[in-house]
Amino acid sequence: MAEAAIASHPRRNPISRLWNDKQSRSVIIQVITISLVFAFFAYIIHNAVVNLQAIGKGFSYNFLWQPSSYDINQHLIEYDSRSTHFRAMLVGIINTVLVAICGIVLASIVGFILGVLRLSKNWIVNRLAYCYIEYVRNVPVLLHILLVHGLIVHAFPVPRQAISIGDVTYMTNRGIFSAKPIYEPLFLVVVVLFLFSLAFMWWFKRHAKKVQDETGQRYPVFWIGLGTIVGMPLVAFFLLGSPISWDMPELKGFNFTGGMVIRPEFIALLLALSLYTAAFIGEIVRAGILGVYYGQTEASYALGINRGRTLSLVVIPQALRIIVPPLTSQYLNLTKNSSLAVAIGYMDIVATIGGISLNQTGREMECMIIVLALYLVMSLIISAVMNWYNKRIKLVER
Amino acid sequence: MLKSIKIAAIATALSVAGFSANAATLDDVQARGELNCVVTTGLAGFAAPDDNGRWDGFDVEFCRAVAAAVLGDGEKVKFVPSTGKTRFTLLNSGEGDILFRNTTETMSRDADLKLTFLPVNYYDGQGFLIRANMGIGSASELNGASVCIQTGTTTELNLADYFRANGMSYEPVNIETNEEGIANYSGNRCDVYTTDASGLASTRAALDDPSAHVILPEIISKEPLGGAVRHGDDQWADIGKWVVNAIINAEELGITQANVGQMCASAGDNPSINRLCGTEGDAGSWIGLDNKWAVRAIETVGNYGEIFERHIGPNTPLALERGLNAQWKDGGILYAAPIR
Repeated sequence: MAEAAIASHPRRNPISRLWNDKQSRSVIIQVITISLVFAFFAYIIHNAVVNLQAIGKGFSYNFLWQPSSYDINQHLIEYDSRSTHFRAMLVGIINTVLVAICGIVLASIVGFILGVLRLSKNWIVNRLAYCYIEYVRNVPVLLHILLVHGLIVHAFPVPRQAISIGDVTYMTNRGIFSAKPIYEPLFLVVVVLFLFSLAFMWWFKRHAKKVQDETGQRYPVFWIGLGTIVGMPLVAFFLLGSPISWDMPELKGFNFTGGMVIRPEFIALLLALSLYTAAFIGEIVRAGILGVYYGQTEASYALGINRGRTLSLVVIPQALRIIVPPLTSQYLNLTKNSSLAVAIGYMDIVATIGGISLNQTGREMECMIIVLALYLVMSLIISAVMNWYNKRIKLVER
Repeated sequence: MLKSIKIAAIATALSVAGFSANAATLDDVQARGELNCVVTTGLAGFAAPDDNGRWDGFDVEFCRAVAAAVLGDGEKVKFVPSTGKTRFTLLNSGEGDILFRNTTETMSRDADLKLTFLPVNYYDGQGFLIRANMGIGSASELNGASVCIQTGTTTELNLADYFRANGMSYEPVNIETNEEGIANYSGNRCDVYTTDASGLASTRAALDDPSAHVILPEIISKEPLGGAVRHGDDQWADIGKWVVNAIINAEELGITQANVGQMCASAGDNPSINRLCGTEGDAGSWIGLDNKWAVRAIETVGNYGEIFERHIGPNTPLALERGLNAQWKDGGILYAAPIR
């Protein structure tokens, strides 16, 4: 190809010869593009550094080791106002990850149910799901967050008039206060037993499948699993004399103390994010199921396979191939949308290191770089996991 | 929220293009014919657009005074609304020439964030707003309370320090904006709302039934609020500083918006008044302006007492007493350096 081009224009100068060659032209364009992109970023970064120097503000992360001097209401690790900004950042990361994981699980469950309801032959069910999806996905998620939070704060009573559920759990607009288990040493036995039964069932399931493949004989795997995973630890728990005690919440002054609490900010953010994302997932699931040729379902029925097994053996595995790639974007969206948390005071990454820490120390550039990097890392991890899963369920071509 | 992060990120990244040389802010402002003044996004009494969309308030008047001194017209101000988070970035990036935004002067902001603070124009302190029917009379009874805080201020730090020093626990609820913070307080998500006492007065006035809420007597922090400019342009800092001083001195000397024309028409018997009026000495040239700079400022906004009465004093919805903000001769700590 290259020789032909040169041969046909023997008198052109070398530069136009390079340009006329398809391969070298694409290399030239790529080199120019990349240099321009790098030059642009180099200029931006250089400019920022020079200007920070001009006003005498160095670029430094030393502030991370100073005491943060502020409190955070939801911290799953030890934290108080004497802890460092770095630790405040960790608290923020954990809070973001917590709401993202819970949100992804809940959104997936609700989304799959919605998707199936959307395909229901029952007109009312079908229309209800349709209305829900159209309403939810056409209203900005920030409004959902504020709405759900407002509903919780206004609908639930103040602590003094808390709704008591068996004197163990109290529902208030400051959160759901509940008894907190305190594990005694013997409880470890129950945990070990539980893990052991999980491992056993993993092996047993494979074994059962092998037996079925070879002999056609089927074990009641589900019931054996239930008995092993739930039953065995439960029996051990009572035989050991219930090695667990409870820390009860108690109304003292303004609020409940003791026990454990789920804050309304967490509930509101979780519900708003997952119900919002579920609407999108519902449509993705519907598209996935509709994307599997109906003839296959009919063929499966013709073989005498019942409806449930047709779904789980024929339709879902193929639908997943269509569902998973767009589902990844929804998971990423949910995680990134969690940065709206600060509107209702949920202390995520943006509210801690990208909010109060930034403001106390005035290190906008440094804090924003951390926040950007953290969201990038989280998104890349989600993508990596989902791509791995996608590869696993991909059509195996022979 | 995402939007404000984006803005902060962009503003930071571009701390940058808009940022010109340090010196000669005065030249830039005069060439532009307009003063860019960083204010709040809206705090009744201090800075908020009125019914006609014209910015008005205590802090706004100081912006107008500087514009009058520098440009000869108090209307030649472009107001740059800012959140607690973006205010210093806006100033440092050159989006604003001067900042009047209930901003507490602290050492870290002065030295680490590279700001130059102007004289204090309001002595404030952090307080607590609580429902009257809770029967709480003192901040020392707040153990275990849920406290709503507007995030992005010095408030979180004072609060943490106060409760820690007094061995009390509390649940902080950090909310992004003042409006959402108040909504949470009204919805009983919090027992207490905390911010600077002046802000509490403003907040309380805006509640459905102000009399059902009380401000606790304790003031847990020192909040000297004042304007600020960027480090590095001393002439511009001097202009801001002396306009504020002139307004405070005017009250002390009995010069008002109404009588400034007559009192400053010609040199009188009081040299202090003459120097402020520019009828004696050459104070204007020291800060790169003409000698009528202070007269123009006072003609536009009046003296400190008048500004206070108009926007936050006892006859306004905020109903703040002069207290610490009275002149030093009247038992306050307002003590402006003399013009001479």
